[in-house]
Order: sequence, then structure tokens, then C-alpha cells
Amino acid sequence: MDWLYILMPIAGVKIFWPGLIILGIGVGIIGGFFGMGGAWMVTPGLNILGFPMAFAIGTDIAHMAGKSLISTMRHGKFGNVDYKLGIIMLVGTVVGFECGAQMVMWLERLGSVEKVVRWIYVGLLLFIAWTVFHDVAKRKAKEKAAAAKGETLEAGATGVEWHKTLHKIKIPPMVHLHVAGIYCSAWLPIFVSFLTGWLAGILGIGGGLIRMPALIYMIGCPTHVAVGTDLFEVAISGLYGAATYTYKGRTELVAAMIMLIGAAMGAQVGAVATKYIKGYGIRIIFGWAVIGCMASILMKLVQPWLPQYKALLDNSATVTVLGLITAMSAYIFIKMVQGVKKELAMKQQKI
Amino acid sequence: MKKRMQRLWWAVLSLILFAPSLSLAAGAKGAPIVIVADTRKLDGIMAWWANMYNESHIQFAVLTIIIIPLTGVIFGVLADIVMGWIGIDLKSRELAEH
Repeated sequence: MDWLYILMPIAGVKIFWPGLIILGIGVGIIGGFFGMGGAWMVTPGLNILGFPMAFAIGTDIAHMAGKSLISTMRHGKFGNVDYKLGIIMLVGTVVGFECGAQMVMWLERLGSVEKVVRWIYVGLLLFIAWTVFHDVAKRKAKEKAAAAKGETLEAGATGVEWHKTLHKIKIPPMVHLHVAGIYCSAWLPIFVSFLTGWLAGILGIGGGLIRMPALIYMIGCPTHVAVGTDLFEVAISGLYGAATYTYKGRTELVAAMIMLIGAAMGAQVGAVATKYIKGYGIRIIFGWAVIGCMASILMKLVQPWLPQYKALLDNSATVTVLGLITAMSAYIFIKMVQGVKKELAMKQQKI
Repeated sequence: MKKRMQRLWWAVLSLILFAPSLSLAAGAKGAPIVIVADTRKLDGIMAWWANMYNESHIQFAVLTIIIIPLTGVIFGVLADIVMGWIGIDLKSRELAEH
């Protein structure tokens, strides 16, 4: 079975290459579907496959750039990418991220911040999960109220409508974001992207997990446009990240390319699956992804209080993340197959 | 007020565009650990790749940045062809709701 292992030229370790493809397919599907890079899923996955930590992050970012690019192209063809919004937000994201990174270094000089940062991360994820499910519950209540009146709720109706309040701020210059269908102050996307970039910089993550809900709840993007526009940002920031990590010699291109074989195809599947799942369906699954991510971080955080269960908690965190990747990608894939079957049947009926 | 805000807007935009040092915050201050690839067990293209890594990180980075999107696009287009062959409409999405 030696042929199933490949020697990584830079890291110098032998890796089970089918594992890389499977991991790539899983995170590709999830990334293309939710509009995020998914570093929180890939890094533990690469670690399990035997990757040294020094190379795990760089390799993850490199494959993320490639797969996000292809997902963006697919979402772009579906009309899900607001490039104008993406470019405006890129400005805020870069500045915010660097401010966050600088702030962490400043805090590090004051003392250990790692645990505080992780608790902030948990708090933020809890807030995002609450927002998503609160929004879903509120929309259901609106649906019920409309049904009681004998009416149907309009397709674009949302539960949480914070963006409407934020759109009332009319500080010039005002911008028309045609794809997203938004007219707002240019400062709103800049402020939101600065905030999400700053948080991502502090937390040391890519930011897709925060930016996607921010695009929906603070800027008011339809879910599909939020997914596509977020992927556009992930692709650009991923390329920048890949360049810097590679220049520092922390990228294993062979592994990234093997992962990309699965991820590029998985990303296409994930992006196409958004065609068959309604916006609120995407939001609910996203909410569960956030809860899974939070659970895995919590298992790492409670270890100092439960040292006797350290090994168990470590393994449980890994199983949670990998189980989540498997369950979610399988669910998205099944939904896509069902949608394709329906579409093909409808096409045949028309003929 | 409107003029002032627009002036501020352009000032911020040009500051970001013309201050690339802003985007170098996190990188340079880490411990300078040097990793060298062990080329003794490698041959062919793998040995060439590892040697390039040891000799020039710039060349290595430039090639990586070209290869990554290219690989993504090649396999993405391949998936496109397969999905198009199945009969999936890859050009439009009827759903337009939140």
C-alpha cells in the first residue's frame, strides 16, 4: 500500500494522498456553499493526516485561494457576486485585519492573550448562531402571521432587519450596489468590513465565518449574494495570504495541489447546490456549522479544568470537526443531486 | 458637509492604495526560523521543486501563485464540463430571494 503515500518535498513527511483529496472535496463543497475558506476545518484535518503545523496553515491558505477563485467564477455566472461591494469591502478588510493583527501583537507584549482571544471567538460564534436562529424564528413567525391573514409572505422578506436601520444613515458618498439591490452609504460596507477584518485579525482567522453573516444582517445582502461576494473576498485575500506564506517558505504546493483536485470540484458542487436550496435553508445549515465550530473550540478551552480528559477532549474536537465536514458535505451533495434530478425532469417535461 | 465627506472618502481611499506598508503588519516580526527541504530522497520534478525552495523563495512563491489558481481553474472547468454534460443549467439561477 506504499503507493497510497506521497513524500512531501518540502515538509519531508509521507502523507496519505487520498485523504487529502477527500478532505479537499469536503471543504470544497462546504466552502462553495457557505462562501468561506474553512480554515477551522482544514487545519485539524491536515494535522490528522500528519502535516507539521508550520506547513498546515500555509498549505490551507494556498488551496483556499484556488478553490475560492473557481467558486467565485461559478457564483459570478449565477449573478451571486456583487463585485463593487466586494472591492469596497476589500479596502476595509485589509485595513481592519492589519489593525487587528497589530493589536494582538501589542496585547502579546502585555501578557498572554491566547485564551482571551479564544473566549472572544466562542462569544462571537455564540452571537452569530443566536442571530441566525433568531432570524429564522422571526421569519417563521412572520410567515405564520401572514398565513393567518390569508396572505403569503413576499420572497425577499427577512426575519431580522438590522440592515434597514443601518441603511437610514445617509453619509455621502452613497452607492448603488446593483447585484445586492442595496442603496446605502459607502461608509457602511467599509465600516462593516473593517469590523469583520479587525475581528478576523485579532482571532487569527480568514474571516468568512464572520463576514458572511455580516453581509446578510448588517449590509442587507440576499443570502446567495452574501455567499458569492464573500467568496470573491476570500479568493483575493487567499491569494495575498498564499503569496506571503509561500514567500516565508510555509507552503507545501504538492499537498495544496492534491487538495485542489478535490476542492475545485467540490467547490463547484457547493456553488451549484446553492441553486437548489433556498436562502433560509443555507442560513440554517450555516448556523449548525457555527455551532459545530464553537463546540470544537470549547472542547479545547475547557482542557485546563479537566486535565484527566485532555486526550478524550482533543479527539472529540477532531471527531466533531471531521464529522461536521462529512455530514454537511454529504447533506449538500444529496440536496444538489435531488435538485438536479428535479431540474432534469422539468426539462424533459418541457420537451 | 457632503463635500467634506467626499474629500475624507478620497483621502482614506488614496491612503489605503498608496500605503502598502499597512499590509505588512503581522509578517516580519516573527522568529526567523529557516526551514530547509531535504532533497536526498527526492528525484525528478520533486527534487527540482525542493531545490528551488532551498535556493530562492521568491521564485518558489511566484511559481506557486501562478500554479494554484491555474490548477483550481483547470479542475473547476473539468467539473463544469461534467456538470454541463449531465445537463445542469450552469448559467442561470431562478431563485432570487433572501
